Amino acid sequence: MADEEETEISVEQKIEIAKWFLLNSPPGEIQYVAKDVKAILGDDNVYQTAALDAFPLYNKAHLFSLQFPNRSGDVLITSFGEINANEYLDPRTAQVAKVDHVKQVCKEVRPASDEELPSSYVEEYRCAVEAELSRYVGEAYPKGVCSVFCTSGKDVEDAGSDFTLVVVISAARHSPQNFCNGSWRSIWTIEFKDDLQVVEVTGKVQVGAHYFEEGNVQLDAKHECKDSTIIQAADDCAISLTNIIRHHETEYLTSLQASYSNLPDTTFKDLRRKLPVTRTLFPWHNTAQFALTKDINKELGIGK
Amino acid sequence: MDAALGLMRRIPPKHIDTALSALLSLLPHHSSDLLSQVDQPLQVLSDIETGKEFILCEYNRDADSYRSPWSNKYHPPLEDGPYPSSDLRKLEIEANDVFAVYCDQYYEGGFSSVYMWEDENEGFVACFLIKKDGSKSGHGRRGYLQEGAWDAIHVVEVGPDENGTSHYCLTSTVMLSLTTNNESSGSFNLSGSIRRQMTMDLAVAEGHLQNMGKMIEELEGKLRNSLEQVYFGKTKEMTCCFLVCCNTSDVLIEFWNAFLICIVLGIKRPWIHELRLSSRTGAEILELYKLTSNGPT
Repeated sequence: MADEEETEISVEQKIEIAKWFLLNSPPGEIQYVAKDVKAILGDDNVYQTAALDAFPLYNKAHLFSLQFPNRSGDVLITSFGEINANEYLDPRTAQVAKVDHVKQVCKEVRPASDEELPSSYVEEYRCAVEAELSRYVGEAYPKGVCSVFCTSGKDVEDAGSDFTLVVVISAARHSPQNFCNGSWRSIWTIEFKDDLQVVEVTGKVQVGAHYFEEGNVQLDAKHECKDSTIIQAADDCAISLTNIIRHHETEYLTSLQASYSNLPDTTFKDLRRKLPVTRTLFPWHNTAQFALTKDINKELGIGK
Repeated sequence: MDAALGLMRRIPPKHIDTALSALLSLLPHHSSDLLSQVDQPLQVLSDIETGKEFILCEYNRDADSYRSPWSNKYHPPLEDGPYPSSDLRKLEIEANDVFAVYCDQYYEGGFSSVYMWEDENEGFVACFLIKKDGSKSGHGRRGYLQEGAWDAIHVVEVGPDENGTSHYCLTSTVMLSLTTNNESSGSFNLSGSIRRQMTMDLAVAEGHLQNMGKMIEELEGKLRNSLEQVYFGKTKEMTCCFLVCCNTSDVLIEFWNAFLICIVLGIKRPWIHELRLSSRTGAEILELYKLTSNGPT
């Protein structure tokens, strides 16, 4: 052990460690972590290599939203809209954003080409879901951003074929001056299965929060669920899909609150009680009694 | 070093040991600073002589061996490891016995160890450790936790006796991680670490053990409460603000419906204060009403 500490570790190992720290940054804190990692490494090349690898992964995993340079809206950084390492599609505006992952900014936009967009048949569904969903997100999330992507079958021309939409909702709250940050991420995969005439919905919700005034406390909660509906006209489909999402998200929020309210009386008690089993403070003034009971127990052969 | 400590404030507390070993390999020349300033999750070893578990930390370590408080022997055996003086060892034995009872009363299981050693200014230092596994498979009596770890480290620096009083400086750290997991609510993990200090001048006549014990009990209770109320409360606030509008408005509408039904039916409202405290749905409110109307009120 002591020997290992003495030996200098390789550049590759340093890069791996730096990446690990960056990827484990709490929501909204990667820039702070990056500053510390850079200082510890003391080697710009190592840092740059690690950052170039880690930032894109972090931005995608955290469904980071970046504002367009002309402030006309936001683009979500996700693997669903990824055209190449630095280009991300915003289906709503049919634009492609060029981003700088490490600076976490969108540098420029260009109109999406026809090949990058879904067919008009799929677009009708995508657009309807997006309109309905945006209304829900606008009402329910004080600071939510959403997008609807087509991830497979985007070139399907008419009824009779399968395709998949992915709904992404991302909400972040960064309040470093109050020592807290948090994020809500939900990803809903919506599969249109023509032969069965059903739409299958699978959802993954991930919630994180970090509070660090004179301490470091973090929440990491995940939830998955499944549901389904039937294929209907685009507008009707959009309404029932949004209802499904609203229902499950509201239910999950309620169960999160329940997990919190169970803490004081049940969950937390299994770690440490508020008061001893005797329900009075520990009798430090009278610890001689323990020695006494111990002796008696020994004499009577009770216990160890 | 500042940057390293900065990182430790941000990395998820459940990954503390990975983060620490990563920092140790990046900053080998700071290893002693890191080990003394960053608390690591506690490890346990079994005493060969007594079969009892004891907790490992920097304070009972010499080279790669650790001294057990039960047999006073190093594991694995060590030729010339440091030991406390015989007077201090007597206090250490007593402290271990009493603290084991304290641990049992507050934790309903778990391991405890107390180590003492002389310091340079005629006083001594005592380190009280508790490690509890509150998971279903560990010492969790109620079985709610998939995973539940609680490590408490209390270090008390006791100054020399000056006219019958001593200066006590206590530094307490609690590290915890709890996970619940079930079908309907998914996995829920809260992890955290906080550290606080407390100093007092107390009469030596009361006994060092009593003085230290009371301080530890008070500060440990405070740490537990602030974790539960402030720290968990803040993450809850954060979480529940993401999706607030639709939820409250739904509940409010249902609440008003239930409220109006109650007025129409001329029902007394002994439960009304309870509604304001929690966000119940209309169906739950009606259920509650049925219970109260059948009950003694």
